[in-house]
Amino acid sequence: MGRAGNDLPAPFFMPAAVELRGITKRFPGVVANDDVDFEASEGEVHALLGENGAGKSTLSNILTGLYRPDDGEIAIAGRTVSFNSPRDALDAGICMVHQHFRLVPPFTVAENVILGDHRGEGKKFMVHPRRIERRVAELGERYRIAVDPRARVWQLSLGEQQRVEILKALYREARILILDEPTAVLTPQEADSLFETLRVMADEGRTIIFISHKLHEVKAVSDRVTVLRGGKVVETVPTADATPRSLASLMVGRDVSMAERVERSAEVGEPVLEVRDLRALGDRGAETLSGISLTVRAGEIVGLAGVAGNGQRELAEAVTGMRPSTSGSVAVGGRRLRGGDAREAIHAGIAHVPEDRLHTGVAPSLSIASNVALKAYRGRELAKGPLLRLRTIREHAAALIKRYDVRGGGPELPARQLSGGNLQKVVLAREFEGEPRVLVVASPTRGLDVAAIETVHRYLRDAAARGVGVLLISEDLDEILALADRIAVIYEGAIVGELDAGSATVDELGLLMAGGRPE
Amino acid sequence: MIRFERRLQQPKWLMFVVPIGSIAAAFVLMAIVLVATSHPPLHTFSRLLSSAFGSKQSLNDTLIAATPLIFTGLCAAVAFRMQLFNIGGEGQLYAGAILGAAAAISLDNHSSWLSIPAMIVAGAAGGAALALIPAVLRAFFSTNEIITSLMLNYVASLVLSYLIFDSESYWRDTSSPTAKVFPQGKNFPDAASWPTSHIGSLVVPFGLLLGLLIATGVWLLYTRTRFGFEVQVIGDSPRAASYAGMRTRRKILAVMALSGAIAGIGGASQDGDFRHTLDPRGLTSAGYGYAGIVIAALARYNPFAVCLVAFLLGGLQNAGYTLQGVDFPSGLVGVMQGLILFSALGGELLIRYRVRVVRRSRTAEAAA
Repeated sequence: MGRAGNDLPAPFFMPAAVELRGITKRFPGVVANDDVDFEASEGEVHALLGENGAGKSTLSNILTGLYRPDDGEIAIAGRTVSFNSPRDALDAGICMVHQHFRLVPPFTVAENVILGDHRGEGKKFMVHPRRIERRVAELGERYRIAVDPRARVWQLSLGEQQRVEILKALYREARILILDEPTAVLTPQEADSLFETLRVMADEGRTIIFISHKLHEVKAVSDRVTVLRGGKVVETVPTADATPRSLASLMVGRDVSMAERVERSAEVGEPVLEVRDLRALGDRGAETLSGISLTVRAGEIVGLAGVAGNGQRELAEAVTGMRPSTSGSVAVGGRRLRGGDAREAIHAGIAHVPEDRLHTGVAPSLSIASNVALKAYRGRELAKGPLLRLRTIREHAAALIKRYDVRGGGPELPARQLSGGNLQKVVLAREFEGEPRVLVVASPTRGLDVAAIETVHRYLRDAAARGVGVLLISEDLDEILALADRIAVIYEGAIVGELDAGSATVDELGLLMAGGRPE
Repeated sequence: MIRFERRLQQPKWLMFVVPIGSIAAAFVLMAIVLVATSHPPLHTFSRLLSSAFGSKQSLNDTLIAATPLIFTGLCAAVAFRMQLFNIGGEGQLYAGAILGAAAAISLDNHSSWLSIPAMIVAGAAGGAALALIPAVLRAFFSTNEIITSLMLNYVASLVLSYLIFDSESYWRDTSSPTAKVFPQGKNFPDAASWPTSHIGSLVVPFGLLLGLLIATGVWLLYTRTRFGFEVQVIGDSPRAASYAGMRTRRKILAVMALSGAIAGIGGASQDGDFRHTLDPRGLTSAGYGYAGIVIAALARYNPFAVCLVAFLLGGLQNAGYTLQGVDFPSGLVGVMQGLILFSALGGELLIRYRVRVVRRSRTAEAAA
């Protein structure tokens, strides 16, 4: 999607909108950014691509004033600046849309927009909501990201909340907008509309820095791509000259097999997980699961596709006993569970890799050893009566760290100090060790790098090959298409379609995910 | 401009340097106050130290002051470990003192082997019962335990006063005409006096030994058992705990009951070790329960550190009593104790944050 303006070199007297020269940032034990040069011009969508831990977040944190670089300079529109705080970066016209939104849920859209705005309306003692609401509505109109300015943020879908974040940046007249993994919460259709908005913004002369793992998005939206690896810039290339495969190999430094479908000789057995007409309430007390029926057989991977927030988390929690159901049943191997009791589900053989691995999947401040024992501490192997066998727990953890190739530290390391991929390995190791009959995994590769994704996918396939029934809940269609034997689509708490994975297409799935019916 | 930045890692050496630095800072601040009120600082400091730890008598007094603080410090630490903020140690101590006194009086003068264990059990039961009220509310109705446990302190304190001053209850001495005019509690029989042991020249109250024993027990419970493991997980991430199938409600009840029971035994120790009667005025004016919260925080919820901090703080309190006199008003003693606590807690900030002075650079302003 390169445009004529950027195919030509910028005139030499026009300084780049953002320029980073020789940025270095060290943390204890790691060099997160090592002599990074980066440059983006006005009117450009510039993608920042890299594995986890490649230094993308550190770089954007430096650019938004959250971290100070140990070395190197930042120039905005040709003038060297030094940011002492995020406010300095805001004043220089840099805004960021974080992966986890920085919004206040009980506030209205308009109130969130002026929050922290210390130049205009937000600085005044009296707030005039009407004027702000009008301005927000205008902006929404113009960029085709309309949101009701008086709506409370908690009432909005994640996609709409993202629009609020973008409106915030537009309201502050940001010249440079950084988006961190913006499509993680969107349907393919919503993502396309986001890309259009970004283009409009770029055409007005703003600079968009787009951080992503997803190669086809980078391909679709950006003018140039800078690839980071191990804290260093590998290369900056015009997007038009790159292919997803070439970008992927730049990213990981070797040729990778893209997430492609691996045909497994699936020997599908008896149903191990049967969910019948399951209903449950969400966190706000509204019915979030309205009659889900689903069967997973031994040795089968069933993909559950859907846009985030359509009941996936609630389904995973209801099946694994973390959330009580209001009616319906869950049965494992033909035995019906009472429900609402995680311990019962664990004993019945349901393993669970939760979506929120840092706060649900592990206790972050406790050691890897404790986290490996998180469920098994009740068993005879790790406990003698009321006492824990601390040494066995430690040895067990050390063995798993080796077997699952967890890098970053030994059994005593607090889990939070592990990178995303290694943390996920700890969770998977623990869940597989329980010898489950059913494995419920939610977004198992979100935020992981290409190499870690491969590993996780291999583990899931291995589990299915050993006869475990896998329910794979993911917003990443590529992942579902690559792994699942059968795909169910969830929309507003109900299954709206089931497709055979061999013949399903992205368009068909996208339509179902958006609540449309296939022809 | 001064900024506080959160430290990524907390270097080991800081754990030693900061507390020493905090104490030094406290003495500098105290010196300023003392000079301003025309007291010789160095002389005052040496009196402060010697009356806390300097002689046999002062050490014995410090041990007496430290005993209740060990119980209330452990009470807070046990609950705080699970992010359960039991502020009710004060009231739970009273409840323990009330039931402990009832046991002492009702068992009469038969045998210490009967009376003392009964007082401990009764005290523990009293503290636990009171702590279970906020625990049940928290576990089943998600009520904030800070508010409920704090409010129950006032209830317990009023009940305690009522029993002696406003009623002719079982605990009140009504045997003589003077006792009717000047209300006071019944004196306990001798069998209800807790023994002291002599270690060298030190006189160690039985309650202190009991407190150290409980601290060891708590440490073992929290580091070596499945119960402690669950407490750690729930304290760190309640979602992870429910994910792992832990029974969080039961744990809330159990930990609050344990916490209250420890404070309650502290109340029984006040009865048996020192006061030998139910003494509302003495108990309510001391503020042991609130001091326990500070102690638990300074000790970072570690049971052994609680004992150490309780000893130091006990010394400070004891020195306060000795120091105050005609030339040294009690308000000034309070100021000095306050400065030491303030510096110690302020030092905690330095362990977690780093202070740096930055000049607002011109270039950043130019860019704006």
